[in-house]
Amino acid sequence: MSIMKLSNTILAGATTLAAAGLPSIAFAEDALNSGDTAWMLTATALVLFMTIPGLSLFYAGMARAKNGLSVMMQCFAITAVMTVIWALYGYSIAFGGEGAYWGGLDKLFLSGLTVDSLSGTIPESVFMTFQMTFAIITPALIVGAFAERMKFSAMLIFMVIWVTVVYAPITHWVWGDGGFLGAMGILDFAGGTVVHINAGVAGLVAAIVVGKRKGYQKTAMPPHNLMFTIVGAAMLWVGWFGFNAGSELAADGTAGMAMAVTQIAAAMAAVMWMLAEWISHGKPSVLGIASGAVAGLVAITPAAGAVGPMGALAIGAASGLGCFIAAVKIKPALGFDDALDAFSVHGVGGIIGALLTGVFCATSLGGAGFGDGNDSIGSQVMTQAYGVGVVLVYTTIVTFIILKVLDLLIGLRVSEDEETEGLDISEHDERAYIL
Amino acid sequence: MKMITAIIKPFKLDDVREALGDIGLSGITVTEVKGFGRQKGHTELYRGAEYVVDFLPKVKIEAAVSADMLDQVIEAITKAAQTGKIGDGKIFVSEIQHVVRIRTGETGSEAL
Repeated sequence: MSIMKLSNTILAGATTLAAAGLPSIAFAEDALNSGDTAWMLTATALVLFMTIPGLSLFYAGMARAKNGLSVMMQCFAITAVMTVIWALYGYSIAFGGEGAYWGGLDKLFLSGLTVDSLSGTIPESVFMTFQMTFAIITPALIVGAFAERMKFSAMLIFMVIWVTVVYAPITHWVWGDGGFLGAMGILDFAGGTVVHINAGVAGLVAAIVVGKRKGYQKTAMPPHNLMFTIVGAAMLWVGWFGFNAGSELAADGTAGMAMAVTQIAAAMAAVMWMLAEWISHGKPSVLGIASGAVAGLVAITPAAGAVGPMGALAIGAASGLGCFIAAVKIKPALGFDDALDAFSVHGVGGIIGALLTGVFCATSLGGAGFGDGNDSIGSQVMTQAYGVGVVLVYTTIVTFIILKVLDLLIGLRVSEDEETEGLDISEHDERAYIL
Repeated sequence: MKMITAIIKPFKLDDVREALGDIGLSGITVTEVKGFGRQKGHTELYRGAEYVVDFLPKVKIEAAVSADMLDQVIEAITKAAQTGKIGDGKIFVSEIQHVVRIRTGETGSEAL
């Protein structure tokens, strides 16, 4: 009782102080909310947990034993390097100002970020770190496309440039103040376009430019440890609550609904992939059900704060089936070597989710309503498609140019001998398994 | 002196070891091997990529025995390793020309 009273008094005092001292930020919504802050601290930790160790395990298990460490290393190094870049200038490009195409340099070196600075109802430090974990997982997702043959040095340089000229600007377009896609009323709650389509398309381009693994489709390349993969998928699933429900940036009803629809869509997609495989092959597989869950999580990402539970069921079903067809039927037929299916799951799932968000956000279908400036399913789907198209074209072109230039300057691939020996030994002088 | 080489199902190794102990065999050598016979392999499928696994894991047992124990040993292995299903394995018998016990230098059947 007395503690409650005391904290209320402190809160009231703080609000009064803020109102008296800093009139420009003295609106009610600019006061720190400790409930929101507590949730966002948690959500931030959950999203980091998605990359290390969730995604790292998910991918490393699918790689061959001789490349398992290299995949882990790539994800871990990306985590470290992207953190530094986000602190130096990435956050500023994405959230530093109100331009239509980029945020500017006002927050270079995180200037202005203090113990007291707020972003909405949470400390800006928490918002900045939350967004940082998104800037970590997006490039880490791309790793799946060129796994088992790309040089570590080239990978790292590519990622630094890619986050600078692709990820950070696109984040601003969709989520930054004044960003031109956000201003059109595009619905991308937690990053279907910014994160998943972006990473998936970059992955597809990288898989094609880097080229196929030696012996692809001629020799067996089965996953070396599906226990890692399903444990990693389970961690991704749990972490995704931070990703989606955290994207509300508050602990409120929308965050609650985002969590519910995330769970429902993931489950539905897992069931769909399992059934599709059961029917087409005769047996359900561990890799299949895990892939299905991730496909559902990807597709519900843009929709999380915008659709209702039945919309989530439909989005889950569509992505489970759609990504199954993309990974199992279309990819082998086209012959490109997206080694761990970054595009088939994140690219395709992201596009399905982005478009269906435009349908199931309609209040008549149980959603939370259309984006600003849109008044029908038709116009919202067109807006969503425009956003998808812009990211698809921009990411494809810029990713292609970065990779081609890097290939000329330093080369993208390890030598054939090194590839045969495995990247663990040839790139890191280590082995995962010394038995 | 005869060399018995038996290829058996891996999970039958303990039964065979016990049966050979019961008839007083003094030693065997065991190796994990892979191969194919009439049982063939199996198919694995990962996200649509299908692999035929040609070689199945088996256990190879080698035992050097005196000629008078041969039938007993063959009977013990056959009984212990048999499931009646395809893939139970085979027993090969060959001549041993010479044997030396390294520790003592004994030769011939004394060294078995």
